[in-house]
Amino acid sequence: MSRASKGTAQGQVDGGRDLRIGNVTKRFGSFVAVDDLSLTVPSGSFFALLGPSGCGKTTTLRMVAGLEEPSEGSILIGDQDVTFAKPYRRPVNTVFQSYALFPHLDIFENVAFGLRRRGSKEVKKQVDDALELVELGGFAKRKPAQLSGGQQQRVALARAIVNNPAVLLLDEPLGALDLKLRRQMQIELKRIQTEVGLTFVHVTHDQEEAMTMADTIAVMNNGRIEQLGNPEELYESPTTTFVANFLGQSNLIRSSVTGTSGTDVQLEVHGGRLAMPQSRRNGATDDLLIGVRPEKIRISPTGQDANAEQNELLGGVVTDASFTGVSTQYLVRMPWGQELMVFAQNVGVGGVLAPGTQVDLRWDPAHTFALDGSLDAGAGVQRDEGATPVPVG
Amino acid sequence: MTVAAGIGLGERQAGAGAPPPAVTERRSRRKLTPYLLLVPGMAWLAIFFIAPIVTLLSTSTQTRPEGAEIGVFTQTFRFANYLDALEGYGPEFGRSFLYALLATVLALAISYPLAYAIAFKAGRWRNLLLVLVVAPFFVSFLLRTVAWKQILADDAWVADLLRALSVIGPQTHIINSAPAVVIGITYNFLPFMILPIYASLERVDPRLMEAAGDLYSSALTTFRKVTIPLSMPGIVAGTLLTFIPAAGDYVNSALLGNKDTTMVGNVIDSRFLRVVDYPTAAVLSVTLMASILVLVGFYIRRAGTEELV
Ligand SMILES: Nc1ncnc2c1ncn2[C@@H]1O[C@H](COP(=O)(O)OP(=O)(O)O)[C@@H](O)[C@H]1O
Ligand SMILES: [Mg+2]
Repeated sequence: MSRASKGTAQGQVDGGRDLRIGNVTKRFGSFVAVDDLSLTVPSGSFFALLGPSGCGKTTTLRMVAGLEEPSEGSILIGDQDVTFAKPYRRPVNTVFQSYALFPHLDIFENVAFGLRRRGSKEVKKQVDDALELVELGGFAKRKPAQLSGGQQQRVALARAIVNNPAVLLLDEPLGALDLKLRRQMQIELKRIQTEVGLTFVHVTHDQEEAMTMADTIAVMNNGRIEQLGNPEELYESPTTTFVANFLGQSNLIRSSVTGTSGTDVQLEVHGGRLAMPQSRRNGATDDLLIGVRPEKIRISPTGQDANAEQNELLGGVVTDASFTGVSTQYLVRMPWGQELMVFAQNVGVGGVLAPGTQVDLRWDPAHTFALDGSLDAGAGVQRDEGATPVPVG
Repeated sequence: MTVAAGIGLGERQAGAGAPPPAVTERRSRRKLTPYLLLVPGMAWLAIFFIAPIVTLLSTSTQTRPEGAEIGVFTQTFRFANYLDALEGYGPEFGRSFLYALLATVLALAISYPLAYAIAFKAGRWRNLLLVLVVAPFFVSFLLRTVAWKQILADDAWVADLLRALSVIGPQTHIINSAPAVVIGITYNFLPFMILPIYASLERVDPRLMEAAGDLYSSALTTFRKVTIPLSMPGIVAGTLLTFIPAAGDYVNSALLGNKDTTMVGNVIDSRFLRVVDYPTAAVLSVTLMASILVLVGFYIRRAGTEELV
């Protein structure tokens, strides 16, 4: 607890120590791993860098840590330009993807490593507090090889946090843990971040992890930032097809603008008419991809539940229904051949609609978002989510 | 060391708690199998290690009866043989250990940077360099030492160069001197130092060095606090593999030294093969072996290899 208050106090002192990455590009030979990336991480925030494997997340972190030099651009921490500073001259610490604990040192000395290098006083107290924080108080004398994966992960965290860095970098810290432990550690990490008040930059390819933990998420793809915002913004109002598909699932339907009325845009979709708020439109052309999340759609057998206020798409046929308890996930084939996804909450008494049932789909126009029609509707789609282990990297 | 301790512990834990009788029988047979597998190795040891040692020990206390033929000795348990030999050959012992120590230190100083470069900086040249390290073994030990005789000769370029640079005087010889012997020993045992160090450095995860840098270590501190401790098993193995044979070496002293660089090995060689004084040769061998054992024991304790993973 004493550590917590100290951390918070320090956090306030370091209030001006935002991490600013300015137009950073990193090339390996002719391959561009990070492409003109700019972002600001406010001091004290929990920031997530989310993207599929190979999109340049680790490379970005390594440039902030000083383990890799940017080909172009600058990196600032507060007013300090650290673009080319040696790793040991930066107020930055990293929790490595592989933990990288020193096998020849016990847990205490692992955690004390950074403090000793800087000639810190009260090493014992600080290390004990840090181990207490990650709930490994009794493990000081063990060697890393004698700990489980989850415990090693927490040692790696303590070893970084104890130095009270301006920015703490975490590279897929939970990637090697099994699902249950991962969920547990997500909550734990969030608690620790709140307690010590340090800036966390958390890299992950797990969208759920990013959404549950982070204040702000930057979605990365091919070395660029696709969109930056808080989890709700990203989910409700994605601005690219990649974000719409990578965070949760989206139904993206080709449509064209036919006009406007008041604050609404009028759209035509394969013969049907829809509306949506002008404010949720991204893309200036009349050719749009409109999107709606599966859980926003209400599904009902043809002819029932008509309502003029709603967007409706008529004449669908259920092709697949899977009951998951909390909800039922439907695939509905529309007259123009596209299959749309609908998640129906298990609240009614109507039961599951059998495949082959003729259905209509309806949703609130305010739940519609629109993206530039020239984007690839399939970008960022995650196949077989959860079934195959996602490669760490 | 850790391994041995670990196995002992595991067995004790397995033995705890009384198992039911049927299980005991099967387990006892299963327990026997490893020992049966040890038999060939043990037999080998008995024939080629224990038997010679016993012979050596017994020879060391024999004496030559008055008027007996050359090469005939009888067992008289004369332990004073040891005192006689140690009194007579103290300087040779001193030289053996001094030269071996110098050569070990020199070899370590040369090998560590070399092994480090091969492990971390060589890239695609790594395998070629490793082959080059081992390449001298394709030529006989004796021939290589004779080659050094020529390299260090008075009219060879090394001596010329050192004279030109005034490092040595115009009358100084390199060949047939103590430094030449140390150089020869260092050279001959270099691969035994390089290879174990390389093997342990190669296993050091470079990400640990990155982690040390991230935790405020300069390159030098990282080297001291991470790289060296993690390569300690290789250093210990390399120094032992160099020091032990170097202390018993006699070829380098015979070919590159003079009569004031005689090592214990040379004395043993001449006692056994030329003077045919087996007891003294055996005494010297036993003493050399025992002192190396004691030294190595202290060294391993100090180096604290059991602390290492
Ligand atoms: N040292 C390197 N040399 C060449 N290519 C690299 C190097 N490091 C990373 N890359 C490439 O850069 C891309 C981004 O890698 P990385 O930042 O590790 O991705 P992520 O962490 O998002 O999975 C990958 O395609 C990877 O192959
Ligand atoms: Mg990565």
